[in-house]
Amino acid sequence: MRKLFFIKPNISNLNICLPVGSFLILLSFLDIFLNTFYNLNLSFFIIGPVNKVLPLLLGMIGFYLIRIEYSGKKYLDIFNKKINLNNFNALCTLIISFSIIKIMPLFLSWFIIDANFAGDNKSACTGSGACWVYIKVWFERFIYGMYPTSEIWRINISFILIIAFGLFGLFSNEKIKRYLLLYYAVVYPILAFIIIYFLVSGGVFNLEWVQTNAWGGLSLTFIVAFFALIFCFPIGLFLALGRRSNLIAVRYISIGFIEFWRGVPLITVLFMSAVIFPLFLPSGVYIDTLVRAIFAIALFEAAYIAEVIRGGLQALPKGQYEAARSLGMGYWKSNYLIILPQALKIVIPGIANTFLALVKDTPLIFVVGLLEIVGMTNLAKTNPKWLGLAMEGYIFAGLIFFLICYVMSKYSQNLEKKLSTGR
Amino acid sequence: MGKIIELKKVNKWFDKFQALKDVDLEVNQQEKIVICGPSGSGKSTLIRCINRLEEHQEGQIIVDGKEISENTKDIEKIRAEVGMVFQQFNLFPHLSILDNCTLAPIWVKKMPKKQAEEVAMKNLERVQIADQAKKFPGQLSGGQQQRCALARALCMEPKIMLFDEPTSALDPEMIKEVLDAMVDLAKAGMTMIVVTHEMGFAKEVADNMIFMDEGRIVEKAKTKDFFDNPKSERTKLFLSQIL
Repeated sequence: MRKLFFIKPNISNLNICLPVGSFLILLSFLDIFLNTFYNLNLSFFIIGPVNKVLPLLLGMIGFYLIRIEYSGKKYLDIFNKKINLNNFNALCTLIISFSIIKIMPLFLSWFIIDANFAGDNKSACTGSGACWVYIKVWFERFIYGMYPTSEIWRINISFILIIAFGLFGLFSNEKIKRYLLLYYAVVYPILAFIIIYFLVSGGVFNLEWVQTNAWGGLSLTFIVAFFALIFCFPIGLFLALGRRSNLIAVRYISIGFIEFWRGVPLITVLFMSAVIFPLFLPSGVYIDTLVRAIFAIALFEAAYIAEVIRGGLQALPKGQYEAARSLGMGYWKSNYLIILPQALKIVIPGIANTFLALVKDTPLIFVVGLLEIVGMTNLAKTNPKWLGLAMEGYIFAGLIFFLICYVMSKYSQNLEKKLSTGR
Repeated sequence: MGKIIELKKVNKWFDKFQALKDVDLEVNQQEKIVICGPSGSGKSTLIRCINRLEEHQEGQIIVDGKEISENTKDIEKIRAEVGMVFQQFNLFPHLSILDNCTLAPIWVKKMPKKQAEEVAMKNLERVQIADQAKKFPGQLSGGQQQRCALARALCMEPKIMLFDEPTSALDPEMIKEVLDAMVDLAKAGMTMIVVTHEMGFAKEVADNMIFMDEGRIVEKAKTKDFFDNPKSERTKLFLSQIL
């Protein structure tokens, strides 16, 4: 390359190279942009294959010209370091940016430009793009399932209550902080259960009883994921400790439990919870399908959580156990005060991973007849009035799952940062 | 001054390897003992048996009038009276220096938080790192960390202090500050058993010296006698190499 160019960009000819280079880059992007969105070709006067690669060529020359070492301009230096280190680097930058620009119209036209938003039935969808009318009409069902429309406020209220109780920890002062773990580990799940049991299920206080098979949609996703998460963590924690215990019985029961649940597919577990488990119950005892499904998922994921936490326990140096013991702490105290706080901090990414997997496993409850958001989408697409709109439904459900998981992932990253103490 | 630690015919095996062979030892209150010997001679194992970080298989270990064995129910109570400083400091990295010191008094001795903090600050003052109380272990130098570990052990107000090569993991410059803190402690009348190769420290502080090799106590003597005219050939050889 160097032989092709007689100018060697450096700090002395910065005043020429920088504007010329910037202009060439701008020109190349403008060419691609106009070409994609307005079907204009700036370089119509050049014919042949050169025409096709002209923007790339212009961009490369431009990038070459602005690649000035120690230019004294802070942002230019950062820019060069990150995406314009050498010719190959610049080429990659150009190709990726051009590809994104080229693909954009495809997306835009399907999602927005050629999509239909207005109307309330399928005949309103005349464009070649997405039929968002479908989502709009079914929105309530996607969120609340078959829950009676007049009673939906009960779900809303109970979710607000659960979130409010969950945020309680943020406003606690020094005195209450000691009991926060107890609150989140024991009191909060019970509170949440009571709220869901009385408010969403109903049957008391003049509230109409709504059977769990009428629950559905996103709210059911939340309920299942929430309770499964809350239960699987402590179970997994005790399994992890149990697997490392000196008591042989405890150790082998933990190992057996973990290996069993890791060895069977979740879908089988759910089937078993629906079909086989009731056979073991004494007659007259009935446990709701939803409760069974939640426990099936919780126990299943607990086995994974246990192994993740065990990894953290093993990563701790032996000296930590010894230091705790030499200060007179027994098994529970040293675990609670010394070992677990450190081990759990190490495995936050692993725990977050398992939790995300759990959230994304919830659609499987369709095998026991419960329809959360993906299940509702499946149901809606078979409605005779709305045939052929599977794509919109799945994209909608996918986006919602992405949002949930992204928030969880971000939260875990923040937690990691917050808890780091410089070692 | 009565006996506070008594070991009678203690034997210990790691699988087939015998780490301690018929070890007899008596330690009086306020006595300072320095144990030295080549690596693998069982020095660390010996003092780790005294607070039962290692289990012995034969013989008796009596600490402060209580025998420790697998039947000892309240081994935690004995450990709370026996402070220990490790080679690798073993501070709790997730807690600040102050919390490192107050944790055990609060949770094991049930001391009120305020009192525990006062005791902790007093001990941090004593090892001269009171100004670092708010920092985390990872932000301190090795010498400071080891002094914090010493303060942490002292916060439990132990009757006996065990030191397992406290300066072996430190840069030469930092060894002195840790040894100074230990000399102070010795002058204050603490019962101490120290495994170390710092012979200067041993000469200054120790009442008795113990030389161990291959799991046995080869020689036990008053410090002056030990250095001036060692009896065993093995001790002479060791001292000629180390001094």
